[in-house]
Amino acid sequence: MSVLEVRALRKSFGALEVVRGVDLGVAPGECFGLLGPNGAGKTTTLRLCLGLIAPDAGDIELLGEPVPRKAREARARVGVVPQSDNLDPDFTVAENLLVYGRYFGLSPREVRARTGPLLEFAGLTGRAGAKINTLSGGMKRRLTLARALVNDPQVLFLDEPTTGLDPQARHLIWERMRRLTVQGKTLILTTHHMEEAERLCQRLAIMDHGRIIASGSPRELIAQHIEPQVVEVHGPGPAVEAWIALARAGAARVERVGDTVFCYADKVDGLLRTLAGHSELVYLHRPASLEDVFLKLTGRDLRD
Amino acid sequence: MRWIAVWRRNFLVWRKLFAAAVLTNLADPLIMLFGLGYGLGALMPAVEGMSYISFFAAGQLCTATMYTASFESMFSGFSRMHGQKTWDAILYAPLVIDDIVAGEIVWAASKAWLTGSTILGIVLVFGLAHSPLVLLAVPTAFLVGLAFSAVGLIMTVLARNWDFFSFYMTLVMTPMMMISGVFFPAEQLPEPLVSVAKALPLYHGVALVRPFMAGEIPQQALAHVAVLLGYAAVGYVLAIRFARKRFSE
Repeated sequence: MSVLEVRALRKSFGALEVVRGVDLGVAPGECFGLLGPNGAGKTTTLRLCLGLIAPDAGDIELLGEPVPRKAREARARVGVVPQSDNLDPDFTVAENLLVYGRYFGLSPREVRARTGPLLEFAGLTGRAGAKINTLSGGMKRRLTLARALVNDPQVLFLDEPTTGLDPQARHLIWERMRRLTVQGKTLILTTHHMEEAERLCQRLAIMDHGRIIASGSPRELIAQHIEPQVVEVHGPGPAVEAWIALARAGAARVERVGDTVFCYADKVDGLLRTLAGHSELVYLHRPASLEDVFLKLTGRDLRD
Repeated sequence: MRWIAVWRRNFLVWRKLFAAAVLTNLADPLIMLFGLGYGLGALMPAVEGMSYISFFAAGQLCTATMYTASFESMFSGFSRMHGQKTWDAILYAPLVIDDIVAGEIVWAASKAWLTGSTILGIVLVFGLAHSPLVLLAVPTAFLVGLAFSAVGLIMTVLARNWDFFSFYMTLVMTPMMMISGVFFPAEQLPEPLVSVAKALPLYHGVALVRPFMAGEIPQQALAHVAVLLGYAAVGYVLAIRFARKRFSE
């Protein structure tokens, strides 16, 4: 049985159709990533799955409950880490957990018993009495994660969980998310951070303009959609101009963005040799990544 | 009964800021009560058979209750809903918008009830009322609180910014206070204004509390209660409807 099953989901806001026929299935214990540029419909899809807004068409089943009809029952076993922190600024760290636990019908005693382990998990031991406005951005994020776990949920929805965090804070969140999957929890996250998706998710769906345009494991997506080797070449315009014909001859696919050239190919030895004679060009040879797939499928145009 | 968790959240915040909250809630109405009551009252003959301060105390109790309910449901409510996104966080839990609306209305009414009851206590300490009937002003204050919390919360879920509330306060609450029998008997106003006052909740609160303070059973007591309950019930239903719309966008 799957944790989340979505069929033919559609949602419009006014004249704008934000979700245009989405199908998804998430298996128990997996970390599933919903990727897409800004405005692709990721957050709306998440809100639909939680029953916070009603779909125009389609079916959603979360933990066996039809949503939005039985969203309340489903949400009792779900945790949510929203895009922007909405911790209660009037309360301390521990009070935030206490008050949030009450929304799930947990008694103060039950929440107090969980507070220690949750704060330890969030790396906030010793901070129980701290005011929210004294916490750093990373600490707030971790407390939001702890708050989402107060009801010991089976599924955790995370909407861009590490956006705006420094690398240290980000890595800590990633490590904790891995620990949660080891514990058997299902994670469903949205992100436009490819490294995050590649590291954490067993399965991904790439979304754009309200549709799922590709899905699979990170490796499958790379293997299916893109050549395995990438050479990025950068240099002064005339030098790039003089060399680019060799690139077009030597690589399966070449993309030029300003003075940078991206060459995608199965083998790049010949291409690298052509660069030897162009000392003013700087180059980077690397394996293809999920980001290359993402940019190929969603384009390089800005989305804001 | 999930809404109780919302009420308790607000109660916990209030308890942490208890002293400041009570002082700011009570200072204003009490300064008005004693300033106008004794100051202006010294120049006045008896009104409806009672001293001016006793007359005014009933109006002031209802007005202060109205203001506490309105400020809490509008300004504090808007801050929770819009600024702090507290409502969003609550909606991830197994609560729905109806629970939040109920919790917010009952909370604001509770806070207003405390204001009304405290003023009543002070009225008793100063010997402005004697009859045991005056204790019926306690539940009446809660009813007035419910009516104005429900209406205030409609404003909150419709508001796009803070300025929205000034319109309601300046164009509705202030004139209502003037025509509802708070400072002088409403019946001395021209007829159309009396009808307007009778269509609004504050008049009915005053019409209940004033006789209670004088030790009498109000005339048409049930009708007054019905109007206050009606405002609370219709306000609750409309606040839910508008809040659902707002949160489905």
